[in-house]
Amino acid sequence: MLQLSNVSFQYKNKPILQDISFSFPIGQIIGLVGENGSGKSTLLKVLAGLLRPSSGDVVLNGEPVTRRSADRIAYLPDTDLFFEYYTGEQLFHHYASQFEDFSYDKACIVAEFLQVDKNTKLRQLSKGNRGRMKMAATLGREVPYYLMDEPFAGLDPIVREQLIKGLIQFTDIENQTILLSTHELYEVEPILDQIILLQAGSITAYEEVETLRDVTNKDAVEWMKGFYKKG
Amino acid sequence: MTMDFSRDKPIYSQLVDRICGDILKGQILLGDRLPSVREYAVETGVNVNTVQRVYKELEAMYITETKRGQGTFITTNEERIEVLRDDMKNKLAESFLTSIEALGFSKEEMLVVLKNKA
Repeated sequence: MLQLSNVSFQYKNKPILQDISFSFPIGQIIGLVGENGSGKSTLLKVLAGLLRPSSGDVVLNGEPVTRRSADRIAYLPDTDLFFEYYTGEQLFHHYASQFEDFSYDKACIVAEFLQVDKNTKLRQLSKGNRGRMKMAATLGREVPYYLMDEPFAGLDPIVREQLIKGLIQFTDIENQTILLSTHELYEVEPILDQIILLQAGSITAYEEVETLRDVTNKDAVEWMKGFYKKG
Repeated sequence: MTMDFSRDKPIYSQLVDRICGDILKGQILLGDRLPSVREYAVETGVNVNTVQRVYKELEAMYITETKRGQGTFITTNEERIEVLRDDMKNKLAESFLTSIEALGFSKEEMLVVLKNKA
């Protein structure tokens, strides 16, 4: 179980995350939504051990999360310039050298499923193909937690659909959890079990997506909008 | 092909309706094997947990049966499917009645329209 207890994060005295406590159970696909600047990327980096919280604890199975927790957490960054001088194959070899849990074969299978050529340098690929390659490298890892920062941002609907199918095909939802931030909520909702709304650095709402539809007769997009009208 | 879902109902119940609809239309035949949970999840672009719930629901409705080690199959019980057909007709009629009531139309005037449509 990955847990946050009273986690705050400040950058140049500006609060980015404010007193967040939350447990991420295994076996769920969780969407992290909220406006730009609400703290989604920072929250993912803190969970991945890439940023240290200013106060509070991040704990994975009872142990504090640090950069070394990377052997149980796979993090997909939102940067587009991602190992741009590598070919996909070199990228996979690099991942294999860094992560014991990385399966070169699985990454190749995912790349093939996503129909992206692993012999081209990443910088020569289209943005959509770089997004596919990033996903293939991330899913090549076998870890309990995948943290994905905007895996669908800026990609066309065809690529988004393929990546979504890749996520379903190549993760084992009984033993793994995916936490992904997204602005494409309408398209992503069908793969989400749960949804977390982040507003100004705090978790202001958390729901099961199907319950939401069942109880309120609203989809996740309408539900989310409701939190912005009030203010 | 990824499905489009309506916004006001749980996704699992929309998938249950879709499979029931496919049975009534004869696109899925009695005794047919359904795809595995993951296959169907990838096909529809839906979470695996949601599809698991769909399959559980269908089994609870006696529309499908799971054979150990072989997968999930549509029932071969024709009576069950007849009941399903009646249930679906009733459901459709009820939702139609709700809709016309909301617009203030009477059943009688709508019946005339329906007959003329055919």
